[in-house]
Amino acid sequence: MSTKTSEQLEAEAQHLLASFEGKELTRKERLAIPQQEMPAQNPNERRFTMSEVTYGYSEAQARVEAARCLQCKNAPCIEGCPVRINIPAFVQAIEDREYNQSISIIRETNILPAICGRVCPQENQCQEACTVGKVFKDPMQSVSIGRLERFVADRARASAGQDAPAVKPETGKRVAVIGTGPASITVAADLRREGHAVTMLEAFHRPGGVMVYGIPEFRLPKAIVDEEIETLKHMGVEIRTNFLVGRTRKLKDLIAKDGFDAIFIGSGAGLPKFLGIEGENLVGVFSANEYLTRSNMMKAYDRERADTPIFQPRKVAVFGGGNVAMDAARTAVRLGAEEVNVIYRRTRTEMPARVEEVDHAEEEGVRFHFLRSPKRILGDERGRVVGIECLSHELGEPDDSGRRRPVVIPDSESVIEVDTALVSIGNDSHPLITQTTPELETNKWGNIITDDTGKTSMERVYAGGDIVLGAATVILAMGEGRKAADSIHRELSGT
Amino acid sequence: MNRILAKQQLSEHVFRIRVEAPLIAEEREPGQFVIIQLDSNFGERIPLTIADADQAEGSITLIFQAVGRTTRRLAELREGDEIANLLGPLGRPTEIRRFGRVVAVGGGIGVAPLFPILQALKEAGNHVTAIIGARTHELVILEDEVRAVADELIVCTDDGSYGRKALVTKPLEEVCSAEPAPDLAVAIGPPIMMKFCVETVRPYDIPVMVSLNTIMVDGTGMCGGCRVTVGGETKFVCIDGPEFDGREVEFDNMLKRLDAYREQEQQALENCKIEEMHR
Repeated sequence: MSTKTSEQLEAEAQHLLASFEGKELTRKERLAIPQQEMPAQNPNERRFTMSEVTYGYSEAQARVEAARCLQCKNAPCIEGCPVRINIPAFVQAIEDREYNQSISIIRETNILPAICGRVCPQENQCQEACTVGKVFKDPMQSVSIGRLERFVADRARASAGQDAPAVKPETGKRVAVIGTGPASITVAADLRREGHAVTMLEAFHRPGGVMVYGIPEFRLPKAIVDEEIETLKHMGVEIRTNFLVGRTRKLKDLIAKDGFDAIFIGSGAGLPKFLGIEGENLVGVFSANEYLTRSNMMKAYDRERADTPIFQPRKVAVFGGGNVAMDAARTAVRLGAEEVNVIYRRTRTEMPARVEEVDHAEEEGVRFHFLRSPKRILGDERGRVVGIECLSHELGEPDDSGRRRPVVIPDSESVIEVDTALVSIGNDSHPLITQTTPELETNKWGNIITDDTGKTSMERVYAGGDIVLGAATVILAMGEGRKAADSIHRELSGT
Repeated sequence: MNRILAKQQLSEHVFRIRVEAPLIAEEREPGQFVIIQLDSNFGERIPLTIADADQAEGSITLIFQAVGRTTRRLAELREGDEIANLLGPLGRPTEIRRFGRVVAVGGGIGVAPLFPILQALKEAGNHVTAIIGARTHELVILEDEVRAVADELIVCTDDGSYGRKALVTKPLEEVCSAEPAPDLAVAIGPPIMMKFCVETVRPYDIPVMVSLNTIMVDGTGMCGGCRVTVGGETKFVCIDGPEFDGREVEFDNMLKRLDAYREQEQQALENCKIEEMHR
């Protein structure tokens, strides 16, 4: 990654821009434009702050990057986008300095561009399909679609504030939306736009779901999530916090007693998985969910002001290789850990985390131990973690996921001294609603089963996001939400 | 929302408040708890057991001991003040049915969560022997309420200042060894008391239900901070509990986990006391 400062990157971009501005560029010339690097905080400084790591493109950088787009007629990038943003059109608008038009194009299909521009795994979606990346045989060399999306979204936020989308006349129908994460936000906005009354029910004291409790401030500033929630409120969406469906009210009673005409369940994948190994309940072992919730939502990193304590780490092991594992590792760095080790049983290539997060973690001094897995966690007489015993692996035959299966090497045990272990091997569906609503059909993983329209086995009840998909991404959750919102609207309007 | 309708001091550090919470009052069952938070930005979330509820009034009763930062601040609130955030009812309700004879132990503040369970057990037709204990007379709470519900009541204090001078395990042992033997034991109180109650009951081969109050953040199954080992498996107190058969609970591990933030909490408490002095 870059060691250049924002000023250097800006100067380079200005220079490039001057060299081709006003010219009709050929395909060859476009391919010769270097990819614009994301300006970011210096790794040594950002280890001590929760503020956002990346600064976002300058206007010149955005225009240079936009000029790399070949405007392919078949637009493979759109196919790669779960909500099918018209990517070539919004990129062209940036090149043309039509930023309002650009954000409007994105907003046609994506209501959370400032968030998706930051947290989408673009290299597995739009940028994987990008022709430019194919030419260089490297999706990391594709047009930086996510950074461009963030650029126009941030620019729109800074200039006009956000105009709340127009709302059609009231239909008199009432919809309860369970959860306030990305799937639920999409459903709430889409249905409110059609004129239905929408009430969102959130268990926590603060709305935003995984974007608030899970994803750290340094990757997604909470002010951005709060703005999106404010937009919903301006549209007339009611948000009730401290309301846990299944306990505060049974799902069925939302229809039977409270008179809602339809329900969307977007309660997410909130139940942390544990490894089931010896020592997992020692003091100093936490689910990544717990560690991140304490730090993000409860603000425990702000030791002066927050009441919620967080375990002070010295040497840390993080189990897992996904985005949440990277978030946990980098949070531990910021909380003052001297040493943070990521233990992952496959290799770097198979890591599910976004490449940028892995690079950022590495820059911040996180150590990676590939082809290793924890066998047990070691504790002292006070029941506190003192180390982990790991096994080494080698890659064998491909498994169901197409990735080569890690095979344990016999007698390969080794010990890493740590006082904190963060378990980040995924989440299961939140079980409360399904436990308290036997009529809802679920699969063997506890995910709610829906048909193609997002409808569950219960009348007037729809579901989407991680509660259906299993743990996935913000953008996939939004895609699911859109589908369900469309079906709910059709059911409510009888079309 | 969440307005404090009435407040009463039961002993030096123990308070009873009635809080406006119509939905929770309607849905709650014995054994369930709430999570409260006094400041939406920087407050911590702590679990408190529901001691009683009044559906007609739309209120719940909470009894708490002002020992930590949040409970001390809660004790400073007055009638008419609001609790910023109140979530519930949480946890699985107590299994209430006709067991036959039940012996129920409440230690210190643990009498508060025990009380609604006693009421429900009695209503279900059980013969209830209640044992309530405290360090000293001043800390005995809800004696009249429990006396009104239980068939028999034994009160004991550690220092003998009131009732029998004994730890609760003594009368518990006597009740378990007498004829007719109880069919179910219940023990709610400090973790160490529950642990010893379980050991007292174990030889008599009767189930002993305990209600665990571990460290929690969200209280909805999302963090796993409250996890305990029960019957060799990891369970979440917030969604699998809070009640378990105490014979299967690994108390030693739980006690250590409860101490995870001891140093930080003591520091916070010191700061809190200094703040109170300055006011």
